[in-house]
Amino acid sequence: MAATLKDATAIVGIGQTAFAKRLPQSEKELACRAILAALADAGIDPSEVDAFSSYTMEETDEVEVAKAIGAGDVTFFSKIGYGGGGSCATVGHLAAAVATGQATVGVAWRSRKRGSGPRPWKNTAVQLPTPGQWTRPFGLLRPADEIGMLARRYMHEYGATRDHLFNVAMACRNRANENPAAMMYERPLTREMYMTSRMISDPLCLFDNCLETDGALACVIVSAERARDCRQRPVYVHSAAQGLPAQHHGMVNYWNDDPLSGPAWTAARHLWKQADFGPQDVDVAQIYDAFTPLIPLSLEGYGFCGRGEGAAFTEGGALEMGGRLPINTGGGGLSEAYVHGFNLINEGVKQLRGVSTAQVPDAATCLVTAGEGVPTSAILLRA
Amino acid sequence: MLLPVPDEDGTPFWEYAARGELRVQACAAPACGRLRFPPRPCCPHCRSFDSEWRLMSGRGRIWSYVRPHPPLLPAYAAQAPYNVILVELADAPHIRLAGNLVASPDAPLDSVDPARLRIGARVQVAFTDTGGTAVPRWLLERP
Ligand SMILES: [Zn+2]
Repeated sequence: MAATLKDATAIVGIGQTAFAKRLPQSEKELACRAILAALADAGIDPSEVDAFSSYTMEETDEVEVAKAIGAGDVTFFSKIGYGGGGSCATVGHLAAAVATGQATVGVAWRSRKRGSGPRPWKNTAVQLPTPGQWTRPFGLLRPADEIGMLARRYMHEYGATRDHLFNVAMACRNRANENPAAMMYERPLTREMYMTSRMISDPLCLFDNCLETDGALACVIVSAERARDCRQRPVYVHSAAQGLPAQHHGMVNYWNDDPLSGPAWTAARHLWKQADFGPQDVDVAQIYDAFTPLIPLSLEGYGFCGRGEGAAFTEGGALEMGGRLPINTGGGGLSEAYVHGFNLINEGVKQLRGVSTAQVPDAATCLVTAGEGVPTSAILLRA
Repeated sequence: MLLPVPDEDGTPFWEYAARGELRVQACAAPACGRLRFPPRPCCPHCRSFDSEWRLMSGRGRIWSYVRPHPPLLPAYAAQAPYNVILVELADAPHIRLAGNLVASPDAPLDSVDPARLRIGARVQVAFTDTGGTAVPRWLLERP
């Protein structure tokens, strides 16, 4: 019998800093504060940490973090590629390391000063060589432009409308309005505000885009056995997967045979194959929402509906509390904070602990996904 | 404006563009010959490292488009909102090239009325000199 990740490890601690447009602390300090908060939540001393995982565009190395928090000897560390596509893979890598005995206490984290810092797409020296030579000279400068291109085609092929995208933005905003830690707490959204807001990359308007945020989050992973002795109710890592589809290219799939079936499809196949349950058994989902169109594309990729049905799925309050699939219950990247998707991981843990500000009653299973469009990752959590 | 920074695999594309030719990399193995884009060292179908650059007709259709608005890099903000189109080539519909739909080869990126942008519209390549580098632009077949 081959080793399996299934429920072999658990997330036992989560931590976060404030989320804001501008925080005074450095990215490194924010990382350390979130990690120490997560370890305190777990009741584990920082000197016991022997594994770290982060993802690219993280400015603070594990060397700096380990030194600052007083970690012990570290025997596993990894940095996953493709920015926001790597968020869930940090949990997957640590789960694998702990399950196979390479380490005992793993910490994953994300720290960003995107609210007050420079925007990555302005760094043309880094962005222009391959694959940027095929897109950026023509003015596809920002991720919003690249995803906007897919969104337009999706709308054309499947009759998706801006109202469908509004359904996504509204569900996330409604949850943020219930979450005092969210940047958009007490800032309701209306359909009129959405429909009259300025365009960022037509067909995507202001409210189709995530928030620029300063902030950091972290979580702690240990074996299921160790988890039983921790302070918090364990949230088990049931299944984990990464997805880099055949012939995929960089930020988007424009050169695949089928650009509308992105990395989510690849990750999903492996994720479900390893799981004891399927999409119909997911109580709540945290789906990477740097841009609203990623939600219908992901709903299809992860099997909540058929190809081309993701937009229609959002109708009738399906994504709201009490709906068919409540999503992004902390507000997501669109309305809680955009910390490259890490807030979705911690929110999944909150749901399965039963302590979310928008708690789905008796939630026992949660899907968390990373960025779609880029090589991605996903995890299934269970209480 | 940003100029392409070609890598070793992409350089021939831009060299042919400078001569006014739209060429796409193709496998040179006699039994294969399949086109591929973006360019790369070897054929994903037969793994041959022999390649050639095949001349395209320069005709295509708009597969999708966006209209970026500021905040943008200054040279682009000056023309915003402009269009970026993704063109599927008539000769090889699975090969798609990002570009801009313009009223004439040297016209600015916002020179076509947005009402004319339509998925499926037929377009024809032209080449524009931007700071010493020729980049493909696209013109509507029926302006
Ligand atoms: Zn070949």
